[in-house]
Amino acid sequence: MEFLQQLVNGVSLGSIYALIALGYTMVYGIVKLINFAHGDIFMVGAFIGFYSITILDLGFFPSLLISMVTCAILGVLIERIAYKPLRNATRIAALITAIGVSLLIEYGVIYVRGAQPEAYPGDLIPATSLDFLGVKVSSQSLLILGTSVVLMILLQFIVHKTKIGKAMRAVSHDMDAARLMGINVNNTISATFAIGSALAGAAGVAFGMYYTKIEPLMGIIPGLKAFVAAVLGGIGIIPGAMVGGLLLGVIESLVSAAGFSLWRDGVAFVVLILILIFRPAGLFGKNVREKV
Amino acid sequence: MRKKKLAGVFMSFMMAAGVLAGCNSSSTSGEKDSETIKIGANLELSGGVASYGQSIEEGIKLALEEINKEGIDGKKLELVTFDNKSDAAEATSGTTKLISQDKVSAIIGAATSTNTLAQVQIAQKNKIPLLTPTGTNPTITNKDGVLSDFVFRTCFIDPFQGTVAANFASKDLKVKNAAIIIDSSSDYAKGLAAAFTEAFEGNGGKVVKEEAYVAKDTDFNAILTNIKSANPDFIFLPGYYEEVGLIIKQARALGIEAPFMGGDGWDSPKLVEIAGSDPLNNTFITNHYSSGDSDPKVQDFVKAFEAKYDGKSPDAFNALGYDSLYFLADAIKRAGSSDPVKIQKALKETNGLQLVSGTMKLDKNHDPIKSAVILEYKGGKQEFNTKVDPE
Repeated sequence: MEFLQQLVNGVSLGSIYALIALGYTMVYGIVKLINFAHGDIFMVGAFIGFYSITILDLGFFPSLLISMVTCAILGVLIERIAYKPLRNATRIAALITAIGVSLLIEYGVIYVRGAQPEAYPGDLIPATSLDFLGVKVSSQSLLILGTSVVLMILLQFIVHKTKIGKAMRAVSHDMDAARLMGINVNNTISATFAIGSALAGAAGVAFGMYYTKIEPLMGIIPGLKAFVAAVLGGIGIIPGAMVGGLLLGVIESLVSAAGFSLWRDGVAFVVLILILIFRPAGLFGKNVREKV
Repeated sequence: MRKKKLAGVFMSFMMAAGVLAGCNSSSTSGEKDSETIKIGANLELSGGVASYGQSIEEGIKLALEEINKEGIDGKKLELVTFDNKSDAAEATSGTTKLISQDKVSAIIGAATSTNTLAQVQIAQKNKIPLLTPTGTNPTITNKDGVLSDFVFRTCFIDPFQGTVAANFASKDLKVKNAAIIIDSSSDYAKGLAAAFTEAFEGNGGKVVKEEAYVAKDTDFNAILTNIKSANPDFIFLPGYYEEVGLIIKQARALGIEAPFMGGDGWDSPKLVEIAGSDPLNNTFITNHYSSGDSDPKVQDFVKAFEAKYDGKSPDAFNALGYDSLYFLADAIKRAGSSDPVKIQKALKETNGLQLVSGTMKLDKNHDPIKSAVILEYKGGKQEFNTKVDPE
């Protein structure tokens, strides 16, 4: 029974990772940029949700919507200002810029509002514990899991069935060729960032609802874990991010259950190293041989 | 060379002390010095932890007013305040100034352990008693087994709270099996946990499970599930309010109903916001003082404080600042002199002094052995539960 409870714990932790990893993997899949600022957009999303709830006195869903829209705009702005001028530079230059943007957002938020934590009001969504055969499942973690699955399906649909999705895939395949075919590359990349950042904003509000406490540096560790999850599932592959997130959550829970709670974060990164050594394309990735 | 210089400073100081002592014993001299006794206060009145220093100053000023109504053997206390701007370097130079320019007999300050540690060397070198109201770090009075014999404190030290919690668990809650959850990134939490384990096992209890986390963790379901299966009837959680709030919230959601207990690290209004008021029921903390304590000494203090500061209810910092000056005044009275060395000796011999924050007695490390209060959370509010005496 205890094992089952730990599995449930792992899945609810993993669904948060999955929610962040979806945006991560999508941006990487299209632009081939590891957007380290993603975890911080997640944080900004959590704060915007918090202020919409407490200051504007809005309910859960309007706050979620405001947070997603604001994060989408923020994502597009970051792309236009920081990443676009570096589109033809080396990938390492873009990567370092991403780290810089991440630090800028973290300490910008601290500068504006200070480093003290905030607590989400607890009465927005009824938090009941459901009891299955002695295993406690929180209704909020079911909600988060449900949200991630729905968003994953929605994302798959956008990328594979819509016109903008087709444009995204074309840009991902060959940017110059896409431009020659009359695709507006700039707008397509902006759309990618908008959708990815909106997902991060949604994840931030969900995180705040579930864990209550938010603070300006809250995005760092979940951001890194989501990155591991994305690589684990195969970076750029949307269902991979989902599976990678859940798997990572379960692994961490089982490590803690075995009595090594202090090793939990370490194990997450050992998983990253192992996957990069033995299956660099991730669980869902195909090994593509590059033609010279 | 350096040694010689130090010895020189030492010698000249001893001579000065001798002259001062001579002055007082003759008591016929009409010098201004013999009318008042100067006490320095080196506090964080601005900067990062200004609220601590300001609260302590409020307490000191109230005590000063009361003591000076009668004076000590006809002499009045004079307070010389220095603002160390919450900075360790400022605290050091402030103490030098208080000693060399203002020629104080003793110094109160600072609020934090770091800023107090910055003054220890100077107080030791000049043989001036230094009394911190709220610096709880054990190394302030005893570093690497060497006693700083001129340094004292009014508050109890970190590990003491662990002992108090263990005694409360065994004797008042009558529990036998405890679990401990430690913030392994904090010396404070580790010190409390070690003291708790020792005292609890000494009382015949058993620590059935020990789990750890690090600061900034947010998901504790895995370790809490482990705790739940060990089925303890008491959980000791000596962390800070950010994680404590999350742990208690998640524990209650997992169906852990056992009482939780922690130290003064819980004491923040944010705790209630993070955990929610219902999950916090049946949890306890140890603290220095409670304004809800029914002890007449505490109630008199609360009334006097509220009268002086427009109805503001005194917190633990106010109380410890107030107590610090009384602690010092008592020693000066027994020393019968404003000579720092005699005051130091009297401070060391303090035994059974009744203060707002408990009865004061010092152990061999100059750390107070005194009672702590236990507060219980009820409906999101702290309520005075009981007072636990050491031993």
